Amino acid sequence: MKIELPQVGESVTEGVIGRWLKNVGDKVEKYDPLVEVITDKVNMELPSPVEGVLKEIIANEGDTVPMGGLIADIETTESENSPINSDTDSNLPDENIGTTGVLIKDAAPVGPTGSGGPISQDKPQPDPSIKDRPKSRYSPAVLRLAEENNVDLEQVVGTGINGRITRKDVTAFIQSKSNTLESQTIVKEIAASTPRQDQEKITLSPVRRMIAANMVKSATLIPQAWSEVAVDVTGMVLRRESIKESFMAKEGINITYLPFVVKAVAESLKKNPLLNSSWSEEGIILKKNINIGIAVAAPDGLMVPVIHNADLFSVSGLAGVMENLITKAKNGKLDLSEVQNGTFTLNNTGALGSVSSRPLVNHPQSAIMTTEAIVKRPIIAADAIAIRSMMNICLSFDHRVMDGAEASAFSMSVKNLLENIDSETRIY
Amino acid sequence: MPVITVLEAIRDAMREEMRKDERVFVMGEDIGARGGVFLATDGFLSEFGEERVIDTPLAESSIAGIALGSAMSGLRPIAEIEFADFIWPTINQIVGEASKVRYGTEGKLQAPMVLRAPQGGGVRGALYHSQSVEALFAHTPGLKVVTPSTPYDAKGLLKASIRDDDPVIFLEHKRTYRLVKGMVPEEEYTIPIGKADIKQSGDDLSIITYGLMVHHCLEAAQLAASKNISVEILDLRTVRPLDVESIIGTVEKTGKVLIVYEDNQALGIGSEVSALISEHAFEYLDAPVVRLGGPEVPAMPFSPPLENMFMIDTEKISTAINKLAEY
Repeated sequence: MKIELPQVGESVTEGVIGRWLKNVGDKVEKYDPLVEVITDKVNMELPSPVEGVLKEIIANEGDTVPMGGLIADIETTESENSPINSDTDSNLPDENIGTTGVLIKDAAPVGPTGSGGPISQDKPQPDPSIKDRPKSRYSPAVLRLAEENNVDLEQVVGTGINGRITRKDVTAFIQSKSNTLESQTIVKEIAASTPRQDQEKITLSPVRRMIAANMVKSATLIPQAWSEVAVDVTGMVLRRESIKESFMAKEGINITYLPFVVKAVAESLKKNPLLNSSWSEEGIILKKNINIGIAVAAPDGLMVPVIHNADLFSVSGLAGVMENLITKAKNGKLDLSEVQNGTFTLNNTGALGSVSSRPLVNHPQSAIMTTEAIVKRPIIAADAIAIRSMMNICLSFDHRVMDGAEASAFSMSVKNLLENIDSETRIY
Repeated sequence: MPVITVLEAIRDAMREEMRKDERVFVMGEDIGARGGVFLATDGFLSEFGEERVIDTPLAESSIAGIALGSAMSGLRPIAEIEFADFIWPTINQIVGEASKVRYGTEGKLQAPMVLRAPQGGGVRGALYHSQSVEALFAHTPGLKVVTPSTPYDAKGLLKASIRDDDPVIFLEHKRTYRLVKGMVPEEEYTIPIGKADIKQSGDDLSIITYGLMVHHCLEAAQLAASKNISVEILDLRTVRPLDVESIIGTVEKTGKVLIVYEDNQALGIGSEVSALISEHAFEYLDAPVVRLGGPEVPAMPFSPPLENMFMIDTEKISTAINKLAEY
């Protein structure tokens, strides 16, 4: 039985194959974790849809596979008609398409990185009249475009009848890749041309590749502007100090500054909806929910779990939610739903000692904010020099969506909310 | 710019050319005293007189023969066949003789004649008032076959046809005569024979069509636009010679082609267009070339439901568009 990469999440179109957890020849139980799959949203372990013996690994570690693409072959007794034709092309689709439906619907959450996620309900049913048509039969227009632009058609997702790849699918694919392609070619050339003794090459992990692709997308697609605002957080520091021990005793978790900041950001996003939006050529899309992603340095690389509807939580509620998400991120246990649908990103670069940084907007969002290290500084207040706890907040934003005025209004709102925290500020 | 009908545009074109060029004259059944069965030559008799507005007997073979002879002798006749359904007796004069004049005399003689005929169905005209005749004439080298769709095109193309030095079969769809109105400039202009026209620009698929069907295709394209399907419409305007360059141009742009024509589909104009595409633009095709033409039935039936079944309409075109867009 041919195993396909199932659809995970509505906007995910491809995944990168991570480590294979079974070897060719291994016996596989139904729901056994088969292989790690990395998408731009989440990492997951793909459970085996059937019991059997892993016959062939079709997609190797590091391969990028479109949703629905073949990744493995499992010899199974479950499927009654599985004639083994060693001379048939491995690209031929299995006669019983729809295996992925079985795969996800009754798959319980497995493995350390969560469940397989929901499967798209509207998977196109194959037209029986063309079931024998090989998947690789492309129109002349598609072949010509692919050849002229060096496109691997296996990676293009077809939107035509029965998943056929159309001319427009290829042009869209070329457009989406054109930005990343150039930089990749340069890197490849450098790597290939210099096998030198005084250098060492680190093999790119799938997660590293994914982060790289997202960063290139951000840097090439979004014209970004940046600003920095100094915030007097003396009140926040004192407030946190005053509740630290009681909070730990009562809630069992450490209260950090971050929940205070998220609270201020969520309120400021409500007042400045452009910061909670996405650019599209048809118009700016304002997001009704405020879903704040928190950048977390996980062992494999950057993860961004999302606090959904962050504006509905109190400071203590946020502390609880974040504790849970950050722990999961660090252990690689995030669910797909916990990294999806972010509308704004917050990065606590101060935790690493930075006092000023210039973040890259998390595409397709329109803005990202950092909180920098809290440092005691002498400042002039009421014509006297005072020692205050100061923190910079840095904002990068999509200049297509807004101008400096809107961005600054947001930063100033965050600043004012944070500076007004005092011993009366509610935690619950 | 005044808005006029196709019929008025045709009348204006002939009148203007007759005023300009003494050699131009009209002839046909009932075109003088009656002004023509559709009134295309209304008022011509009083303006130009009996010598240039000639009522003929009911004998199409002699209408074509006299037109050919006078054209070879230096005049520029516009002969009207009352309905294209009655054009068949002219086949010997037109296909057998007129088409070969320049070739057969090594260019010493020419036949600058226009044979006008109203054609097409959808008018409850049944077997003998509904025929489409373009494919039979278009098969013959040496003839030009023009099939206008709008008042602007009809006027510019008819003037170009009258001035052309070779025989032109000018086929006017009856249904467009009074139903299609459009702006036509008062200033002098002609439209070159053999040049197609993009009536609407689009990039998901192309419709190649001509005559009345242009208007049904425009309607269907509007419906398609509401489903986010962007349709390009190429009006051939002239079915011989075909504008190969424009045909290839639109195929290269969209990769998907629907050819719509009212005439019987098999061995029709669309068959030639389809063949040209596969010869010259194969590598740009993203779907099989689709023809939507008349059925394998010898004539337009009299029964209204059966006539509706025969005729290509907006709904049939829409269905074909959706299917092709999905491919």
